Amino acid sequence: MSAARLLLAVTAAFGLGASAVAADKPNPAADAKAFQDYFVKKFPKVAYDDFVNGPYSMNADMRRQWEEKEQFPPYEFALEAGKEMFAKPFKNGKTYADCFPNGGVGIRQNYPYFDDKEGKVITLELALNRCREANGEPPYSYVKDEMASLTAYMAFTSRGKRFDIKIPDDPRALDAYEKGKEYFYTRRGQLNFSCASCHVQSPGERIRAEILAPALGILNAMPIYRSEWSGMGTISRRIVTCNSQTRAVPLEPQSDEYRNLEYYLSYVSNGLPVSGPGARP
Amino acid sequence: MRTALALGLSLAMPSLVASSFVMSAAAQAQSGAAEGQKLAFDRGKGNCLTCHEIKGGDLPGSIGPKLENLKGRYDRAELTAILNDETVRNPLTVMPPFGRNRILTEQEISAIVDFLQTL
Repeated sequence: MSAARLLLAVTAAFGLGASAVAADKPNPAADAKAFQDYFVKKFPKVAYDDFVNGPYSMNADMRRQWEEKEQFPPYEFALEAGKEMFAKPFKNGKTYADCFPNGGVGIRQNYPYFDDKEGKVITLELALNRCREANGEPPYSYVKDEMASLTAYMAFTSRGKRFDIKIPDDPRALDAYEKGKEYFYTRRGQLNFSCASCHVQSPGERIRAEILAPALGILNAMPIYRSEWSGMGTISRRIVTCNSQTRAVPLEPQSDEYRNLEYYLSYVSNGLPVSGPGARP
Repeated sequence: MRTALALGLSLAMPSLVASSFVMSAAAQAQSGAAEGQKLAFDRGKGNCLTCHEIKGGDLPGSIGPKLENLKGRYDRAELTAILNDETVRNPLTVMPPFGRNRILTEQEISAIVDFLQTL
């Protein structure tokens, strides 16, 4: 499927769906297949699991530089810090491990999930801050520093495990997914870009000297050390930055819209391995 | 003093006006094109190099087509329309609607069109 056809299909689903085909029920499994097939067809030479390596999967020169850098990865400090933070007990004696299944080890691939009690999407970053608050600790900033370190460690213990995002048979879960999808394909900001403008229509292309990453697998590498940031950033930071770069007004990290977006984008990358923490230019 | 100045000015005016008319068309387009190039390369304005290869610009992006031989392919009105809002011609374009979303003013778009017509 070409970018045009994929987008047209999506446009049709949102624009005309209501009036034309009420029977056009959301079908996440079919969406994910179409999404994945689109990238495979667009980049026949890229090994499937390599999509999690973003721009490096699309450009040999960048890949060489990255592989050299990985000898001393720039996220190393954050990873070490995250490991220590994760093990250190809160003032009440409990630890992060008490808040998560399997003691928080090797579980990154299951986030975000849909919480049926709350009726909302729970991301890993949100779950970490909730864990802190439940144990009487103040929440961390969602965008960098401690949050990036903690998620770096949790991703690291999950490397190679394949994204396994579930959409339970619950109309609210399906609704969250659909809203995330709509956010992904909706143009916004003064520059009039959707997430898809860059990461579905133009991956592999250059914006100035940077190479746009494919949307498929883009969250599997999070959190990332970005040279442009001179530091680490979380999924929240990545999305907020995308919004401001297109001159849109960013939302609050972990707003419902961003949580739904993460749900959609993670779901359509199901089956790809966790590769985070990552490094990007 | 004031009268003398006013007199001097009013005497000078006609010749100034006349000479500016004489130099106008070609010279104005030239200064428009120079200004347009500046705007086209400015990251906070046209930022055209982010997506397009343009003669004279470093590290161009690759999303849009190379901007060359434009004069032979588009007239002024077409170039202005593309800059104003390319989604009218191509709904799937990723090109920002510079005029519609007021990223650039009419005058700025006009200067960039002057520049594009030199390519």
